Amino acid sequence: MADGIVQLTEATFSEEVGASELPVVVDFWAEWCGPCKMIAPILDELSTEQADKLRIAKVNVDEQPGLARQFDVMSIPTLIVFQDGRAAHRIVGAKGKAQLLEELATFI
Amino acid sequence: MTEHRQVVVIGSGPAGLTAAIYTARANLAPTILEGEPSSTSDQPGGQLMLTTEVENFPGFPDGITGPELMTNLRAQAARFGADLRTVKASKVDFSTRPFRIWVGDPDAAPTYEADAVIVATGARALMLGLEAEERLLGHGLSTCATCDGFFFRDQDICVVGGGDSAVEEATFLTRFARSVTIIHRRDTLRASKIMQDRALANEKIRFLWNHVVEDILGEQRVEGVRVRNTLTDEVSEHAFGGIFVAIGHRPATDLFAGQLELKDNGYVVTHAPSSRTSVDGVFACGDVQDDHYRQAITAAGSGCTAAIDAERWLEAQGH
Repeated sequence: MADGIVQLTEATFSEEVGASELPVVVDFWAEWCGPCKMIAPILDELSTEQADKLRIAKVNVDEQPGLARQFDVMSIPTLIVFQDGRAAHRIVGAKGKAQLLEELATFI
Repeated sequence: MTEHRQVVVIGSGPAGLTAAIYTARANLAPTILEGEPSSTSDQPGGQLMLTTEVENFPGFPDGITGPELMTNLRAQAARFGADLRTVKASKVDFSTRPFRIWVGDPDAAPTYEADAVIVATGARALMLGLEAEERLLGHGLSTCATCDGFFFRDQDICVVGGGDSAVEEATFLTRFARSVTIIHRRDTLRASKIMQDRALANEKIRFLWNHVVEDILGEQRVEGVRVRNTLTDEVSEHAFGGIFVAIGHRPATDLFAGQLELKDNGYVVTHAPSSRTSVDGVFACGDVQDDHYRQAITAAGSGCTAAIDAERWLEAQGH
């Protein structure tokens, strides 16, 4: 995992996401989820390549089921883009890099 | 810049990766276009990436998980020098040699030129074709039981379908759900006998025989399904917190329309006992050309056939 990516917990969520000046892409994932593992390297790349435009953060749904419930995540991977602390966009399911960049275009 | 290759393999399931292992060991330096990440079977590694235990692949007496098997196959191909690219072919032109293959922009110059091509794009899972599916995907409707089963703890959920994948998913989902109802349009399962026996003996699994799903109910999240009895036409509604669709697959051959001869059902025509297609120098293997067996091991076997066919064909061409 790239250095710039933080693992979120219920305790740190509002501080890390709510207070961020950049949009934060939160990746809801779990160890057992194959498609989640497949997009992990793409998110690593984005966190470096787009470091001045957005931040990437992760929620392990196995360890943080409360956060998954709070944001109504029932399928992983789900990426939720938070802007000014509010959920602004939701991407359900694994995607290739080009498709992800397209979905994130309004934020970068 | 167009790159030249002796062999390009399109697809990376058991067929594509076996073809990769064999062509790499034949020093043909194959490039494998693996596909792109997705949460359906249309992804690097193919359908097995979404399965749990694979119990019928010879050589694994204790079983192996689908993703593990595919990781092994991939590592084996890489070990012999296969060039694996996590990209998706967007267009092919098989009308002249060398064959041309595009990744990304189909109006740009071709990405690859290849002396021989092995088509192994497999099959993708069918959805029900309902408007509600788009709205409810990720909100109780899932294409990946292994990913999402966790979210349905102690709920009543359903699986649509009656084949091996439907029964396997239903059995897996009983680890989490309170009950799993298999909704099937016939009154018998198509799944293998051992899977059937396991499901029929599982107290958490219920059956709704002779029913088809007409609609998925719920605005924000799945609340249930509307089904029709295929014998009586009677329509009824049932409450479910989640729905998993496993009604079968169709061959992933959109890319080859107008390029390769396809059967009426969309599968690539191959000339048995070989893997030759209607285009000299293009070979096909695995589920993309198999509307009969559709097993991981038959796919792997046909991947080997395609690699040997390609190798001999290239040799005969003087490449």
